[in-house]
Amino acid sequence: MGALLGVLPFFAYTTAFLVVPTLIVVIGAGLDGSNRPTLGNLAALAQPQIASAFVHSVILSAVTAVLGAVFGGLLAYAVSTAREGGPLRRMITSLCGVLAQFGGVTLAFAFMATVGSEGFLTLWLRKIGVNLAGSTWLYEPDKGLILVYTYFQIPLMLIVFLPAVEGLRPQWREAAESLGGSTWHYWRHVAGPILAPSFIGAMLLLFTNAFSAYATAAALISQGSPIIPLQIGGTLSSEVILGQENIGKAMALGMVAIVAVVMTLYAVLERRTTRWLGR
Amino acid sequence: MKLQAARRRRQTVFRRVVVGLLCLFFALPLLGMVEFTTRAPGGGRTLATWTTLFDFNVIDADYPELKTGVLASAGLVLLTVAIMLVMLVPTMTWVRLRLPGLRRTVEFVCLLPLTIPAIVLVVGLAPVYAWVAYFLGESSLWLAFAYVVLVLPYAYRALDAGLSAIDVKTLAEAARSLGAGWPAVMWRIILPNVRTAVLSASFLSVALVLGEFTIANLFSRDNLQVAINQLNKRDSSLATAAALAALILAFIVLFAMSFVGAGRRSHHPEEN
Repeated sequence: MGALLGVLPFFAYTTAFLVVPTLIVVIGAGLDGSNRPTLGNLAALAQPQIASAFVHSVILSAVTAVLGAVFGGLLAYAVSTAREGGPLRRMITSLCGVLAQFGGVTLAFAFMATVGSEGFLTLWLRKIGVNLAGSTWLYEPDKGLILVYTYFQIPLMLIVFLPAVEGLRPQWREAAESLGGSTWHYWRHVAGPILAPSFIGAMLLLFTNAFSAYATAAALISQGSPIIPLQIGGTLSSEVILGQENIGKAMALGMVAIVAVVMTLYAVLERRTTRWLGR
Repeated sequence: MKLQAARRRRQTVFRRVVVGLLCLFFALPLLGMVEFTTRAPGGGRTLATWTTLFDFNVIDADYPELKTGVLASAGLVLLTVAIMLVMLVPTMTWVRLRLPGLRRTVEFVCLLPLTIPAIVLVVGLAPVYAWVAYFLGESSLWLAFAYVVLVLPYAYRALDAGLSAIDVKTLAEAARSLGAGWPAVMWRIILPNVRTAVLSASFLSVALVLGEFTIANLFSRDNLQVAINQLNKRDSSLATAAALAALILAFIVLFAMSFVGAGRRSHHPEEN
């Protein structure tokens, strides 16, 4: 009994700042303004602007997860061919550590300064006859946001996927070569199948990363809420309509549900990965 | 052998092309920030924005919001790291020593924030923070309570790796049999042995807190990122310079961390 006292502070803290907030979202999504049970909040998720925000968010996250996984995967393989502990590897991994986490406001400013209406690439491209400044493409979820999100997805992919690529043993390649296999054979029959579960797993992680991101879009977009985190943010900062107090919680619950599905798939894949790469 | 030499050459070319192209993609927006913050009004280059940013008297007088944000973030970094260490290191050690059955539960709780987006946490935290404001006041510093939750998964992993590398049980029993109390075991035996893990957990927390925007912005509190975002409406050049400076600071923190980690790894001989 005395031993349990030692973990009391930890569980008290995480209950107050993690478990209770989660329960507030889950329970609140099923309550109306006067705390009576209702399904109205969940039904409200079908409202056109909320439904389209969900769709935008899912598409944006899926597309940037695939782009990030492909380019980040290539980068991880390229870096893994460099000497272990060498300067290139150390530089790239710490650079990616920052770029993957530090998105947000800085990233929004960086893209405005580059391809915004006064950005240096925009001005430069105008000289050779390409006009980027004419439209609001940078602020749209199916154009500019994809570019901006990919910028933090590629570094994250490197961090998540590099250990898997490093798990490829040189002996496997030599074995394939000594049996007369070409580079294509090696990738098709050895490295590909071994890396596939971690590659897809990393892609799922990238999906949840983009799906959860709020700061970058919030700093970039000043009008409208085309993606679901901005919709939720809107319910916190603006006046709420009577009877719709808890729609933000229902949207939050919807996000958690989607993330939970993706993370479950990830856990299943992770179990398969450990079988081969022996981590 | 010939085959391997040819492959190595191809790999080198592949590496240079891929790393070169992607680094160009990473560099362009950063270059954009440098270019934007050094523009002179009539064309040409000036460092005026950067001298303003590092002139504390001017910042103090003309840009009080930036000063408030920097101070708030500095306080948040210290408080977050302090709460994280004081709570996690003893709990994780204690669980290993006395309550091994609870290890899975503690791990589950610590990794839980990975599946809960910060924006969702904000929705649930709003009522909790109404209580925090009621008892402790409206200070931005109390955001640290939420930030500890955000850093929990990363800190847990770093500390867990550190504690796994030492024999906690034997060390603690040896110290106890020599008459050390629990505080002495924690402070003089465990902590010095997991120094590296404590450092990487702290560095990760610093980087995360310096970049946090979501919670502070939606609760209308001050921190560095919120201040930079507000400043953008008034002086976008200075805001961009401040954002770039914060990014470079975080890069230095994480780069330093890569050396801390390397120091520990060098004890093991490489496999190949």
